[in-house]
Amino acid sequence: MTILVIAEHDHQQLKAATLNTVAAAAKIGGDIHVLVAGSGCQAAAQEAATLNGVSLVKVADAAHYQSQTAENLTALIIANAAGYRHILAPATTFGKNLAPRIAALLDVAQISEITGVDSPDTFVRPIYAGNALATVKSADAVKVITVRSTAFDTVNRENGAKIESIAAANDTAQSTLTHRELTKSERPELGAAKIIVSGGRGLGSGENYHTLLEPLADKLGAALGASRAAVDAGFVPNDYQVGQTGKIVAPQLYIAVGISGAIQHLAGMKESKVIVAINKDPDAPIFQVADYGLVGDLFEVVPQLVGAVG
Amino acid sequence: MKILVPVKRVVDYNVKVRVKADGTGVDLANVKMSMNPFDEIAIEEAVRLKEAGIASEVIAVSCGVAACQETLRTAMAIGADRGILVDCGDTEIQPLAVAKLLKALCDKEQPQLVICGKQAIDDDANQTGQMLAALQAWPQATFASKVVIAGGKATVTREIDGGLETLEISLPAVVSTDLRLNEPRYATLPNIMKAKKKPLDTVKPADLGIDVTPRLTTLKVAEPAKRSAGIRVADVAELVNKLKNEAKVI
Repeated sequence: MTILVIAEHDHQQLKAATLNTVAAAAKIGGDIHVLVAGSGCQAAAQEAATLNGVSLVKVADAAHYQSQTAENLTALIIANAAGYRHILAPATTFGKNLAPRIAALLDVAQISEITGVDSPDTFVRPIYAGNALATVKSADAVKVITVRSTAFDTVNRENGAKIESIAAANDTAQSTLTHRELTKSERPELGAAKIIVSGGRGLGSGENYHTLLEPLADKLGAALGASRAAVDAGFVPNDYQVGQTGKIVAPQLYIAVGISGAIQHLAGMKESKVIVAINKDPDAPIFQVADYGLVGDLFEVVPQLVGAVG
Repeated sequence: MKILVPVKRVVDYNVKVRVKADGTGVDLANVKMSMNPFDEIAIEEAVRLKEAGIASEVIAVSCGVAACQETLRTAMAIGADRGILVDCGDTEIQPLAVAKLLKALCDKEQPQLVICGKQAIDDDANQTGQMLAALQAWPQATFASKVVIAGGKATVTREIDGGLETLEISLPAVVSTDLRLNEPRYATLPNIMKAKKKPLDTVKPADLGIDVTPRLTTLKVAEPAKRSAGIRVADVAELVNKLKNEAKVI
């Protein structure tokens, strides 16, 4: 039984979620191969070979894998799918874009965002914004799965797996990337941060968000996040959003500032180890999941907190 | 140019669902049902393209129980021209089956664009649009926050994990909507009345030659571990003390 893990990477480095996906593959059990498709992606392939549990890294290096379009990656994966019983990708925007396309062409169901492995054909996944956990069994010959990274530990890098080049598939030329604008930040990545400071509508403006929360995040070495309300209001870009349809996070410490705690937001952060809520409304639902709740004016509390954690 | 928009009837986003005591699913009895919010955004976008003179017709499609007719009427009240119900009775319809039904309808209706919600808020699958694109061998642009149609192409800005990217895709294609693509209008009473008179066809999966047998069996549905509310702290000093000495996270 062999499992294929589709690596998410920026051609130089693997994205952290790839390491969690390999961990999920190890739970399923069997030989693990990793596919690295990219353009000038030898460094990422070499990194994949260091991941524990991986027995083979397959590399397809071609210019048309530079922009990682679902159309081109799917064509490559379908051409190389024979012999694999499981195909896994991280449940990131990369994996969610890609995995259903692969599943449809294999005429199999896709299993989204698994958080647990019961057996090689039975998996646990959240539904209804995480308000219920479904255990589903697949009757298909191939299981195409996306993996929620926060539910699996990352694997260690002490391995030296074989690296093998495979032929690129033809360029489908259906899709052209014309622009990519990635948020540049010195702060840790949201998905991998140990501490997250997250802001909501209560901050009132983008200016307040930055002047109040950045000093706190700097002091704590934290990543910055936001509720949907704060993103919709234009305080911060879309990639800050934590929630059912944004990023799912599970840091050691999540500090929710001026966030009321809609079900959809809680879905994205309630697996955090410790949750702190700062809100002036004592009835805000966020307090129902917070380990430590502080009812107060965030414009006074947050600067005090910055002073106190120094 | 025709635009096809699939719409799903789901538990309203304001409802907090309860898991049934016997673990077979969530309790849907007497629960408010609405159109999936991402599908509302999809309908709105299609209607705006029609209002801009780019689309000629907007067709809403729903696959499921007979009550999905209400969802189709809502879509028509927003501005869809007609509706197609694929009446699947009580059979559970999974994303691959929906994609196959939509493929059959695309073959018949020949739309140049399918706009769908990126995920339904009940099963949170996020699959149908990508699956349809694959089955049609069409390009896709998922998680769209901006769509421009010109010269036989769609230029789509997508919300991705690190920020934004823009793809240019040839038509026909599938676009899936993210939250910030638009703000759907409220259906006005005159438009709700008008929607009642718009054509609504019903077909069955067998009419389209599609086998909708589920591939995944749900063995059980359980409540997630409850997170109990902690304590209220009086001030910042107490909070920092707790975080340092009790939780030991800073």
